[in-house]
Amino acid sequence: MTLNEICKPENLVYKKTSLLTDKVMHYCPGCGHGTIHRALMEVVDEMGLQDKTIGVAPVGCSVLAYDYMNVDMQEAAHGRAPALATAIKRLMPEKFVFTYQGDGDLAAIGTAETIHCCNRGEPILMVFVNNAIYGMTGGQMAPTTLEGMKTATSPYGRDVHKVGWPLRITEMIAPLNGVWSVSRHTVHTPAAVQKLKRAIKKGIEDSMAHKGTCFIEVCSSCNSGWKMNPVDANKWMAEHVLEYFVPGDIKVDGQMVR
Amino acid sequence: MAKFQGAIVVDREKCKGCGICASICPTKSIGMSKEVNGKGYHFAILVNEETCVGCASCGHICPDGVITVYRAKVE
Ligand SMILES: Cc1ncc(C[n+]2csc(CCOP(=O)(O)OP(=O)(O)O)c2C)c(N)n1
Ligand code: SF4
Ligand code: SF4
Ligand code: SF4
Ligand SMILES: [Mg+2]
Repeated sequence: MTLNEICKPENLVYKKTSLLTDKVMHYCPGCGHGTIHRALMEVVDEMGLQDKTIGVAPVGCSVLAYDYMNVDMQEAAHGRAPALATAIKRLMPEKFVFTYQGDGDLAAIGTAETIHCCNRGEPILMVFVNNAIYGMTGGQMAPTTLEGMKTATSPYGRDVHKVGWPLRITEMIAPLNGVWSVSRHTVHTPAAVQKLKRAIKKGIEDSMAHKGTCFIEVCSSCNSGWKMNPVDANKWMAEHVLEYFVPGDIKVDGQMVR
Repeated sequence: MAKFQGAIVVDREKCKGCGICASICPTKSIGMSKEVNGKGYHFAILVNEETCVGCASCGHICPDGVITVYRAKVE
């Protein structure tokens, strides 16, 4: 068969969802943010929830997420997405409300908002993109930066005795009573993307059913900040990041499983 | 067992040449072009039309969502 014979509408098996706009994303080549945006919007599309969804964008590389996700969105001040999402969800409890935040946003400047939103059990989906660095501002050390990892502000590698250990905020919020589900994912393989999508679907259903806060961490590469090419960055993530930030379920339907 | 033949269409102007699709394609059907696009990136191309099975793995992993995948039953 020739390419022209195969590339017909009836043979289509995959194309970009219309819930992502046609704008070219400003992310560096190979950045995990793009894949995570798409996974999220594909699930919202598959569930037919475009009109019922309100997202909150962070400060960080994904500050322009509202330009790419074709749903209603608001922009929060740095780290304050859970506070804004709380207000949105309380005013419009029938909506699907999510936050999308980086590790600097959610686990550094926004730590208080993260913890108290989870403790109140606000029925929203929190999507936490952990790339172990402050990508946007030029690759500074984040609370999640691995021990020994070199960044702009830890040129000799993270010294845990001076600045503390990489923060597993996901494990920290999991035991809170308000939190319904917690899991950690990645997007470096097609199978991992599918797994993430299943978790997002469950998180949407459960948050819309007002079970409590649903929290999904996605370990993602920041090849520019890590100073690697995109393919090597994904390999490095699998070998190093996932050893410390172990993927899988942490809390399922209100029960700790780890 | 039915045999499938696949094909991909890459939006070459929007592709950023990250190479992730090529690195995960199970049949090694994707390579990077010698030419560059308007932004100077070596975009992804289907280097082997016979081996693509239309599994859509590349579509699911592309950070920029620029791959469309087709799959047809042969014979
Ligand atoms: C109040 C305030 N403090 C500091 C900054 C500078 N700043 C912008 S983005 C950022 C960190 C972003 O890191 P992260 O949340 O991990 O997102 P990434 O870019 O890695 O996706 C910082 C400190 C700011 N914009 N506002
Ligand atoms: S700096 Fe890092 S997180 Fe930001 S767009 Fe580039 S690769 Fe992505
Ligand atoms: S559809 Fe599958 S086999 Fe074809 S190029 Fe993409 S990853 Fe490779
Ligand atoms: S994954 Fe997407 S952006 Fe990267 S090279 Fe392949 S088609 Fe281009
Ligand atoms: Mg970050």
